[in-house]
Amino acid sequence: MTAEPLLEVSELRLSFRTELGPARVLDAVNLTVGRGQIMGLVGESGCGKTTLARAVLGILSPNARIEGGTIRFDGLDLIGMDRERQRREIKGRRIAYVPQDPYSAFNPLFRVGDQIMELMKWNSPRRAKSEPGFGALLTPYPRRRYRADKAAAIAVLGEVQIPDPERAFHKLPEQFSGGQRQRLMVAMALLTNPDLIIADEPTTALDVTIQAQILKLMKGLAKHRGVSVLLTTHDLGTAYEICDEITVMYAGQEVESAPVAEFFANPRHPYTARLLESLPNPSRQMREIGGEIPNLVFPPDGCRFHPRCASASDACCRTRPPASGTRQVVRCFHPHPSRLEAAT
Amino acid sequence: MRILALIGKRLLWFVPTAAGLIAVVFFISRVIPADPAALLAGETASREAIEALRVKLGLDRPLLVQLLDYYRQLLKGDLGTSLFTTRPVAEDLLARLPATIELTLAAMLMAIAVGIPLGVVSATRRNSLLDHGVRIATVAGLAMASFWLALVLQLVFAMDLGWLPLQGRIAGFPPPAVTGFMTLDALIAGRFDRFASAIAHLLLPAMTLAVPALATVVRFTRAGVLDTLEKPFVTYQDAIGIPRALIVWKYVLRNALTSTITQIGLLFGILLAGAVVIETVFQWPGIGTYAFEAILQSDYAAVMGFTVYAGGIFMIANLLVDIAHASIDPRGGHA
Amino acid sequence: MGFAHVIRQLVSDRSALLGLVLVLLVVLAALLAPLISTHPEAVWDMSPANRLKPPSREWLLGTDRMGADIYSRVIYGARITLIIAFVAVGAALLIGVPIGLWAGWHEFWVGEALMRVSDVFLAVPQIVLAIAIAQTLGPSIENVILALSITYWPWFARLVYAEVRSLKHETFIEAAIALGVPKRRIVVQHVLPNVLSPIIVRTSIGMGFTILTAAALGFLGLGAPPPAPEWGRMISESREFLPEAWWYALAPGLAIFAVVMGFNLLGDGLRDVLDPRLRRAHDR
Repeated sequence: MTAEPLLEVSELRLSFRTELGPARVLDAVNLTVGRGQIMGLVGESGCGKTTLARAVLGILSPNARIEGGTIRFDGLDLIGMDRERQRREIKGRRIAYVPQDPYSAFNPLFRVGDQIMELMKWNSPRRAKSEPGFGALLTPYPRRRYRADKAAAIAVLGEVQIPDPERAFHKLPEQFSGGQRQRLMVAMALLTNPDLIIADEPTTALDVTIQAQILKLMKGLAKHRGVSVLLTTHDLGTAYEICDEITVMYAGQEVESAPVAEFFANPRHPYTARLLESLPNPSRQMREIGGEIPNLVFPPDGCRFHPRCASASDACCRTRPPASGTRQVVRCFHPHPSRLEAAT
Repeated sequence: MRILALIGKRLLWFVPTAAGLIAVVFFISRVIPADPAALLAGETASREAIEALRVKLGLDRPLLVQLLDYYRQLLKGDLGTSLFTTRPVAEDLLARLPATIELTLAAMLMAIAVGIPLGVVSATRRNSLLDHGVRIATVAGLAMASFWLALVLQLVFAMDLGWLPLQGRIAGFPPPAVTGFMTLDALIAGRFDRFASAIAHLLLPAMTLAVPALATVVRFTRAGVLDTLEKPFVTYQDAIGIPRALIVWKYVLRNALTSTITQIGLLFGILLAGAVVIETVFQWPGIGTYAFEAILQSDYAAVMGFTVYAGGIFMIANLLVDIAHASIDPRGGHA
Repeated sequence: MGFAHVIRQLVSDRSALLGLVLVLLVVLAALLAPLISTHPEAVWDMSPANRLKPPSREWLLGTDRMGADIYSRVIYGARITLIIAFVAVGAALLIGVPIGLWAGWHEFWVGEALMRVSDVFLAVPQIVLAIAIAQTLGPSIENVILALSITYWPWFARLVYAEVRSLKHETFIEAAIALGVPKRRIVVQHVLPNVLSPIIVRTSIGMGFTILTAAALGFLGLGAPPPAPEWGRMISESREFLPEAWWYALAPGLAIFAVVMGFNLLGDGLRDVLDPRLRRAHDR
């Protein structure tokens, strides 16, 4: 990375209020996404990747509490920022969102075109700061900008290969297939010329055959426009398809972060290694990782993977390992040897 | 096209349902111990005279025959003749309809204009003081006997404070009837004093009717909004920076209104069919008082005619509710 | 769901608890009427010398037009109201639930036809039909009960019918049928418990509804004849003495309000406990 990173999450601590007590969902998590980079955030369900994404997007549920750490986006502090300013300047405009389930992200009672133009009304790159408005319900949509925005929208719909974009505008969400709806979501994410797109398990709800298409599409468009992408997924295959770099999370802690080639060739953290081993492989038997994910209300001390780790030692149970390595960063007291460093 | 199919299906079901309803009420009303022929003939009539009258009215034939005759009569659009007003029942009902409609509209207007926003705000500020207050108020509103509420309101506003009139529709001479709605007619005639009087008379009965309607509207709107707020599109719109007020009042509200619309339609139906008790308490000259008096006076034709009318109103109300549903929810294949 | 568990959850919901307390209070008042009323003899007797006296230490809620103590009449009136409500709703239950079960379970046209019949009863507002029936038969408690049960059973029938119909398509029922479990056993052992929750909720809410309708009938003169201390009739009697004898109308009306509110709150609370699916909208 030559320039300063676009998104920098440092030591983020977040908990959810539950009946049994606070669930420590994010434990001093660190994450960096560079400009123009596609970063994959990988982990099992419940590891906190979605929560982290939502924290950046500003859509945490009301019972979430940020207890420490920072989220810096292009130098701006997102946690402390005034909510209204975040809504006006960041949300939708500079940070875009592609949700997991495309159908439920649309309001089923409104036409797709209307919903797209609603997005554009508030977030279009052509929107000037000085547009008049009397509260959300009475702000008009200037005619000229509307026409320009609509033309841009139709163009992008074509880019994501929605057939007959003009007519698609008048259709209801239910009239599109799952894959098409996801393309619409991708289009909407790109329309505002954002700096960062956060895609939350973008292909989980789709058929396998469609998944590859959507992923290729996203990668192509993002690279072409120089947009950064933060993609969360539990599927390593997806990560392999389009990511430049992968960060693995386990039980609210990030454990390893590496460029994609190194990640798959030389996983250093025991959890990462076991993850890769648990992938179906015709040449050997499937190995599962014994044990269960910890209860986040009463998480283990130190490295949260230690109860299930073959290499665990006393140190692992006491303190969380610091980060080590430069290109491939791992947080472990007993990582597998790095072929990368060894080679140099 | 879909709407025509809806109407067709409804009409199909209306016939057997209405026929059944009429049959039930018919048999009930014929079981009345009071003898209408005797009542009509008067106290001094002789036995033969009563008997002759009975034959003349066709009351001596078997019940089934009388019922079939009535069906035939209905198909001709004749609801029978009131035994006591001696006018066709249809005419009687028509004459009294505007009063009931005016009252119903006023009550529903109040209920909707206040109820929907209140339900939305209650839902968006869930568990706040306002929300708790609203919820207690709605439960209370549905727990009051309407006639008791009417009396209490009369007591406070008409008797103690003297702000509003006790009963009736208007004081003094009504304006020339154009629409049948005294408020509108007064405005049309340019008589603002009549208008004021009509409004004043309308307020108490409308408020009494509005209380349970308002409570129902608030409850269902609140429930609908709460349900809708959990939907993923709300989170999505929040993530892409759409103002919260817009999300709630434009997008969430439309999704949330489906169950509320049903209730509103049903309420309209119930009120239009005649708020019997409240109209009686306020001496409001509408369908409700007509029905009550007809029942008390064993006026068969009027009771039957009213029953047919009420069933018809309900069917229309249900139909309109379905149509409203279809326009709010443009999705095809939505039952 | 265990009975103890239900009670415990119910009690933890404050408004449901309030409802339960109100209902129990009224039931207790009805049961203990002779003990807690101040003038038990005066309920049915007339003492014209004492008519229309305002509330005082001797007559807690004042006296009515016959000189009877209103407080005592309200207490005894609770008996009438509760008897009417319990019996009418109970009868509606006993008629409606089996009909709904039968119609919902069996596929052929009789079920649909029965539902159409119940539609007939739902085609006009309940009050109108109840008035017609009660007026036909004459004013008495039995006739009110009859009128109310006749007009209310369709609600139970429809409810059960809809539930059974949707349950039939549940996988576990289909599995039971496929395994050859006798139909009667399926209905009793598997279907009935699932329908029980909506029935219980509807019963509680139905009690409130029925009490209001019964009071309306009493108000219109179609309920228990005088001198029975029926709440609706008492309110109606009070009309001509307003506004001076304000206490006359207030007491029975508040009694109605309290008991109906109690049943409504209880019903809502039961719904939250027994059917968590609906809980989101009807929360604590």
